[in-house]
Amino acid sequence: MGATVQELLSKYGLIALLLVLPVVYGIQDLRDDGNLAGIANNLFDGLSNGAIIALIAVGYTLVYGIIELINFAHGEVFMIGSFTAVAFWGLIGLGLGSSVIGLVLGLLLTLLVAMATCGGMNVMIERVAYRPLRGAPKLAPLITAVGMSFILQNVGLLWLGGSPKSVDDLIRAQDDLFTVIGINVSRADLLAFAVTVPLVVLLTLFVTRARLGKAMRATAQDPEAARLMGINVDTTISLTFLIGGMMAGAAGLTYALYQTTIWFFQGFQAGLLAFTAAVMGGIGNLRGAVLGGLIIGCIQQISDNRISPSWTPAIVFAYLILIMVFRPQGLLGEETREAG
Amino acid sequence: MAILEVRDIHTYYGNIQALKGVTLEVEEGEIVTLIGSNGAGKSTTLRSISGLTPPREGSIVFRGQDIAFMPPQEIVRLGILQSPEGRHCFQRMTVRENLELGAYLRRDRQVAEDMERVFDLFPRLKERERQKAGTMSGGEQQMLAIGRALMGRPRLLLLDEPSMGIAPILVERIYETIAEINRQGTTILLVEQNANYALGVSHRGYVLETGTVALADASDRLRENPDVQRAYLGA
Repeated sequence: MGATVQELLSKYGLIALLLVLPVVYGIQDLRDDGNLAGIANNLFDGLSNGAIIALIAVGYTLVYGIIELINFAHGEVFMIGSFTAVAFWGLIGLGLGSSVIGLVLGLLLTLLVAMATCGGMNVMIERVAYRPLRGAPKLAPLITAVGMSFILQNVGLLWLGGSPKSVDDLIRAQDDLFTVIGINVSRADLLAFAVTVPLVVLLTLFVTRARLGKAMRATAQDPEAARLMGINVDTTISLTFLIGGMMAGAAGLTYALYQTTIWFFQGFQAGLLAFTAAVMGGIGNLRGAVLGGLIIGCIQQISDNRISPSWTPAIVFAYLILIMVFRPQGLLGEETREAG
Repeated sequence: MAILEVRDIHTYYGNIQALKGVTLEVEEGEIVTLIGSNGAGKSTTLRSISGLTPPREGSIVFRGQDIAFMPPQEIVRLGILQSPEGRHCFQRMTVRENLELGAYLRRDRQVAEDMERVFDLFPRLKERERQKAGTMSGGEQQMLAIGRALMGRPRLLLLDEPSMGIAPILVERIYETIAEINRQGTTILLVEQNANYALGVSHRGYVLETGTVALADASDRLRENPDVQRAYLGA
């Protein structure tokens, strides 16, 4: 009896918990405006914001799934992705006066460059700071990860200085493209979905269908058995870091276009949210990380717009704690670790 | 000529020496067994051959090539596949996915045929094709681990403790299948704590004690050896 109650609580209690904010403010909207446009816009902005968090969260969860390490440097890889993207589009001459075709092609090229840079950097971080510690106690690579994170933060500090730097609003991010059932879809929203959705779909297909994706899942579930299948575990781990870094690079470019402000500390902030998203969704679980990112994006938007931005971190983490108490393995996590 | 020659290997876990000079041979077409008590070095010998725990000294020659210091994936490529102790099935993958991973390095087109062959050997696996490995019984997972190793088309199949933690009726079934796999032409090196089963199915056996070979003989003679009977056959 007690067990069933707990089961029900963990299943529906969570859903109820997640619905509290939208329902409360939805009722408020109905009372004040007579429609739900306000909350619908908050949720929509939350999803597009959450899409960027999701892209970063995927990198935490993939790496954790395969070597049980929280790659604290991952947020900084994302930050370097933003910096690289901005530097590169400056280099190829993209600006406010660029033609639409030039802009689209240029940004696609920038996307590739940011993804390649961050992917390669993440692979190097693993080689230098984590691989030599493969057999060491778990705390050792955790500390080198924190160290890597600070090093990269300082690289960012040297690169662009200590204060936020605004960048050209290349896509006129806040312009609304169209309105559907009262929801204003801006160019920034469209961009976030246009980058995230295909990447997440491709990644999921890769992990579930491709030969190397299967090798990744096998290594995540049982590294020793993977070796007995002839899987090169070192290569597979490098591949995981490559993919995680590429996603962070894509997020970096998207963030720069979406927020039109970059600075060295953005990686710490977004990284913390993305890590939280990965844990909330069930660390090691790909779909969980995406779901967690979207949920956190929504909580963040509602809190920013309806409560106060200064309360947002407290509210996000209060949610994290509540979800963990109800479901320690995260929303989609299994009792054991999971990848895929 | 022997397909596998292990010469005086010394293997360590950190500073602890597990093998103190193990020497053994496996001829093409044989089933050879390693018996011995817990900690005698049986599994370590298989781990050394597969490259999971390479020896510090000694040589392991497989079909004329020294593999002692090769990485595991190269050893698998040469045709040595292992069904490890404790089975190590990929718990959250289906039976079919596990079998496909057994053929991970293969590029030829006969993988599907081989899967049918595995299903013929273990009809139970066919019934559970779409089931996650982690939801199956220990005996079924053991079948899966052996079937997965067969999917790599082994020239030498290493089996580590296939009877461990499995209902006796299933153990008999598994041992019948092991004999059948050998009849179909696969050379097998079998590690087993249950010496009754192991000596029943094998041609020759080695008795390991504290990291060295204490005794080597034909399996039927080992069964009649009073020392072996007292120590390993519970007579």
